[in-house]
Amino acid sequence: MRFRQVIFGIIAVVLLAVIGGYAWTWRPALAAISANQKPAADKQAVRLGAELAAIGNCADCHTTIGGTPYAGGRAIPTPFGTIYASNLTPDPETGIGTWSEEAFRRAMRDGVDREGRQLYPAFPYDHFTKATDADIHALYVFLMSKAPVKNSIPANQLDFPFNYRPIVAGWKVLFLREASLEPDPGKSAEWNRGRYLVEGLGHCGACHTPRNALGAERRNSAYAGGVAEGWNAPPLNAASLAAHRWTVDQLAEYLSTGWHKLHGAAAGPMADVAKNLGQASDGDVRAIATYIASLSQQPRTANNVPPTPRDNFVKNVSPEVAAIYAGACANCHNDRNDVGPSKAVSLGFSTAVRQADPSNTVRVIMHGIHAYQTNGGPYMPAFDGILTDRQIISLAQYVRARYTDQPEWTDVKKEIDKARREGVRP
Amino acid sequence: MNAPFSPSRRDILKGTSALVVAFSLAGSRLEAFAQNAPAAAAKPVTPDQVDTFLAIDEKGAVTVYAGKVDLGTGVRTAFAQMIADELDVPFEKVSVIEGDTALTPDQGPTYGSQSIQNGGVQIRQAAATAKAALLEEAAKRLNVAKEDLIVTNGAIGARSSNQTVTYGELIGGKQFMLKLDPAAPTKKAADYKLVGKPIPRLDVPGKITGAFTYMQDFRVPGMLHGRVVRPPALGAKLTNVDESSVKQIPGVKVVREGDFLAVVADNEWNAVRAARELKSSWSKSETLPDEKKLWEHVRNTKIVKDDVTSNIGDTKAAMAAEGRKLSATYDFAIHTHGSIGPSCAISEFKDGKLTCWSASQATHNLRKQLAKMFSMPLDDVRCIYIDGSGCYGRNGHEDAAADSALLAKITGKPVRVQWSRADEHGWDPKGPPTLIDLRANLDTAGQVTAWEADFFIPQGAAGMVELVAASLSNMPTDTALSPGGIVQDSAIGYKFPNIKTVCRRLETTPFRPSWIRTPGRMQNTFANECFLDEIAAALNVDPLELRIKYTDPADTRGLETLKRLEKLSKWERRPSPQKNVTGNVVKGRGVSYVKYELVRTYVGAVAEVEVDRTTGDIRVTKFYVVHDCGQIINPAGVEAQIEGNVIQTVSRTLKEEVTFDRSMITSLDWASYPILRFPEVPEIVIELIDQPAEKPWGAGEPTAAVVPSAISNAVFDATGARLRSVPFKRDKVKTALQSA
Amino acid sequence: MTITLKVNGKSHEIDTDASTPLLYVLRNDLGLHGPKFGCGLGQCGACTVQVGGRAMFSCIMPIAAIGGREITTVEGLLENGKPNKVQQAFIDEQAAQCGYCIAGMVMRAQSLLQTNPKPTEAEIRQHMRPNLCRCGTHAAILRAVKRAAAA
Ligand code: FES
Ligand code: FES
Repeated sequence: MRFRQVIFGIIAVVLLAVIGGYAWTWRPALAAISANQKPAADKQAVRLGAELAAIGNCADCHTTIGGTPYAGGRAIPTPFGTIYASNLTPDPETGIGTWSEEAFRRAMRDGVDREGRQLYPAFPYDHFTKATDADIHALYVFLMSKAPVKNSIPANQLDFPFNYRPIVAGWKVLFLREASLEPDPGKSAEWNRGRYLVEGLGHCGACHTPRNALGAERRNSAYAGGVAEGWNAPPLNAASLAAHRWTVDQLAEYLSTGWHKLHGAAAGPMADVAKNLGQASDGDVRAIATYIASLSQQPRTANNVPPTPRDNFVKNVSPEVAAIYAGACANCHNDRNDVGPSKAVSLGFSTAVRQADPSNTVRVIMHGIHAYQTNGGPYMPAFDGILTDRQIISLAQYVRARYTDQPEWTDVKKEIDKARREGVRP
Repeated sequence: MNAPFSPSRRDILKGTSALVVAFSLAGSRLEAFAQNAPAAAAKPVTPDQVDTFLAIDEKGAVTVYAGKVDLGTGVRTAFAQMIADELDVPFEKVSVIEGDTALTPDQGPTYGSQSIQNGGVQIRQAAATAKAALLEEAAKRLNVAKEDLIVTNGAIGARSSNQTVTYGELIGGKQFMLKLDPAAPTKKAADYKLVGKPIPRLDVPGKITGAFTYMQDFRVPGMLHGRVVRPPALGAKLTNVDESSVKQIPGVKVVREGDFLAVVADNEWNAVRAARELKSSWSKSETLPDEKKLWEHVRNTKIVKDDVTSNIGDTKAAMAAEGRKLSATYDFAIHTHGSIGPSCAISEFKDGKLTCWSASQATHNLRKQLAKMFSMPLDDVRCIYIDGSGCYGRNGHEDAAADSALLAKITGKPVRVQWSRADEHGWDPKGPPTLIDLRANLDTAGQVTAWEADFFIPQGAAGMVELVAASLSNMPTDTALSPGGIVQDSAIGYKFPNIKTVCRRLETTPFRPSWIRTPGRMQNTFANECFLDEIAAALNVDPLELRIKYTDPADTRGLETLKRLEKLSKWERRPSPQKNVTGNVVKGRGVSYVKYELVRTYVGAVAEVEVDRTTGDIRVTKFYVVHDCGQIINPAGVEAQIEGNVIQTVSRTLKEEVTFDRSMITSLDWASYPILRFPEVPEIVIELIDQPAEKPWGAGEPTAAVVPSAISNAVFDATGARLRSVPFKRDKVKTALQSA
Repeated sequence: MTITLKVNGKSHEIDTDASTPLLYVLRNDLGLHGPKFGCGLGQCGACTVQVGGRAMFSCIMPIAAIGGREITTVEGLLENGKPNKVQQAFIDEQAAQCGYCIAGMVMRAQSLLQTNPKPTEAEIRQHMRPNLCRCGTHAAILRAVKRAAAA
């Protein structure tokens, strides 16, 4: 029984933490620096740091809705309770203004703050540990160049025993592998760069790899698909659900713009990732695409032949759902063309509709896609309220039947309720 | 409801005489009208007749016939104000008929900020002529001297006795049969009672309660709904149509004429669906340049002629002389009009005559174009203006009119064509791409000794823009490029000793060009006013001060505008960029100034911006405008125009760019062609300079001219990065920041 | 197919294809021209009406989806034939240039003030975000919404 495993696991961790782990992972406080010891805002380093921060998606977790970027305070829901992201601006009291570069590097690599306290692994140091000194330096200089913002972060709200920080030490013994990545000489420089970014700062596995009961990524199922804020992060490995193969070019375009005409739009948390990657260098995005594309060894379709989207032309559907599709969806998801207005692709290309559970489909129907509205890009109106729950369910099942070869979903209603509880991602 | 919201020309025409004025019952539907539309009454429309512009009925109600139309600018109200004031009749007694080729004079298209300046002034002159004649007649009737007469509320009374005679009694229902006297005295500034007042607009209540009838709302009995199926590529030929692909949709008929493909249906949604679902095949066509190399393409386009727009001194020698040389290249993207309501028109052929209802800004031109397209005598075509969604130049209205006319001709029924969003974004004519090279020489004493500019812009002027339906169906149409008067404001008004500005007119441009609000003037002023800022930075002087220094000292109104701007915006004199900025989000302010077309409305502007140096995002937080357009007819209307100019142009400057591949435009909706939304709208502070004794000048465009440069200059002030390419998108901003 | 719609307090039997978006039914079958066609894609808000008390894009709402929910258009806001508070505030602020977007703006503002009678400037801007205006009437619209909130 899962519950028991968890309990045993926790007991084991607590023991480990108390006996060996604590001593092993104990770190002293590091000296605070004063304002005049702040690094010079070297332009080059600031720019590089900004690009790396974009790849690391740092601003997303460390910014509240509508708040100053990097000033922290955003609530990060975890299965163990809520963690509040720290303030990364150089404010001496509430931010990292007193952190030396060494302290910053230690946080990134070992998950320990300047005062020597254990940091929860919601901060993905299990990935960041792979970052090079030079990159950590650039990130540090970038963050220290920001205007300090005084913003006290609320205390985490974690359940016992997770609210006891030293327990993290045990977690680290089990799951943290501090090591840099050795380049694979058999692969291209671009692939190696991509791997470095994806496995390290990009921490793609944090969402796309399933996690165990203690919230650690399951190493033997790397990139087999995970969850992020209620959304399904699809598998990037051979189990990829894509209707057709992703090429490196397509991935690079998708990652930096949030959209590709043969695959569709990045939505949910991935929309933010894409928005951030739009700020990264083209070379790095391409490298990431190269590595990710290599994870799924899907058969290559004949080059240059755009695939034809699947359409089963299902018969015997209720006139209501057919009418709703024709009146609400088909204006954009125009089946005559690959791409309709609002950059809508044929649903035969949609990964969301092919996934084993309806969470992404339901969320996109309910909340739409608004992430790109300011600067232009894929858009979908929110249909929650326009359609009733019953209509959303039948519409989801209709597109599933019409545009995939997958079986009907179970319990769409539960997903709708869950999505509504979580609220709309702004 | 029976509030007198908007006088309706349909109701007017329902009467037996064109001069019977009625007010529409707001909310009443107008479908009944079209059938009984009588042949136009015998009324002159030539500009030399008073009756062309004015009629007064027995009850003293005044009808104004305007060739200029209200595109949402409020000129309908302004005309009523001007005429009521000139004639001394109550404002409520004046109604305005616009843009009906059978009833109203051809005062030229409604563009170029000329509605008041030319159109209104001409009508006012007609009113002055009429009034003089009425006074003359009254003097006879009342047997008193003309000087003894005074007009109140449309009644002429003698000061010496209590006799009165009303306009209605004098002329009611009859024609004046008078030549318009260009010298007839108009009122003195001090005597105006309505002019200069913020009179509420006549059309606003109906627009807010839903009672107002727009072109898009207008209906004709028995009409069909048409939708055009556009080629997927410019220049593609229609190779096959599978009519059976829409057979399941009731009442749909497929219409094909050459490469013009359309569907008509009696139910609008069925027409929409049929257009969406009709299967057709088209030949491949790749006629467009590579978007990434657009500016190379423009630079390499054949030049057919040079228009020298100013040539003072000897720039060749002055540029060769010793000094500090500056040069820069500016470019300005292709823009679409983007009215919120896509173009719409209804046409009907009856007894060999064509009637076309359209929101065209130039119904007289449309009439000529339709007559040409169908090879009909001009007299057999009547075009009637109905307000549409905002129109900022020659957009798709004329093309929708041609679509509907062609479909009406083929089907033999009245046909309404409502463009889709993709039709509007893809098929309205575009503001052409503009490329500008600038050079200057600065001597050691800090003087600007030479200014040279080359503007790479398509040939042509404001004329008749080719009709899409005519070209697709191989019918006659005008084919010359008509980008508008885009050479305007290429010359500069600053007093440099040597100036040469040349418009290098290009043989072609990637899309059918036309004028969009502030055509040419916006692009040209952007380059000029930014380059002037570059000079100020090079000389390390305050950019506002430099403008004052090179403004003609005799131009007191210009100097006053700049002086007031300095005060209004609390401008601190110092060179740009500002020093010692820290943090990611930095603030700056920039100035810009124009004397529109060198001869009219003065605008000075200051933009305040915030630039996020990490993302390259720009926010325009505040915008100050000082504006002198001479005599102000309606200050509220002028302010609304200024606000509209600022907001629309902030959008154009920061966000807008038509995108395309080798075949077709790819920015076909608001997702791919984003415009400004509420959270991004700046605060706007306006100061109007009223000059009651001066001529009224236009306000519909001039402010837009200074917006892009004010923003670019503010970004430079904040960051030291110079933005020379509109729109100022993230990538460009970041590149500029890196080289700053 | 016949569908019963309750619009501005009155019931109407509509006989048309069930996929027809509400916008077309309001404009063509019921002659209510306040809601406007702007994009048909849920991108601009010109077609905004209230359905079941909430502001919605009527252009992407097939009548099959409506059920018993009540519909209010800008015409339905009139109180005894007079502009309601929000409409009057728009009139007082002269918040229209071409006015094509305005009926949608009024409906969007109405829904804000129903749920949040005293919104902040930032809340107003955020709430009005789905609606586009090309004439640049935003500044006047913002003044109108504030005026209505203060009324
Ligand atoms: S017309 Fe409905 S949102 Fe544009
Ligand atoms: S007033 Fe014209 S679109 Fe808003």
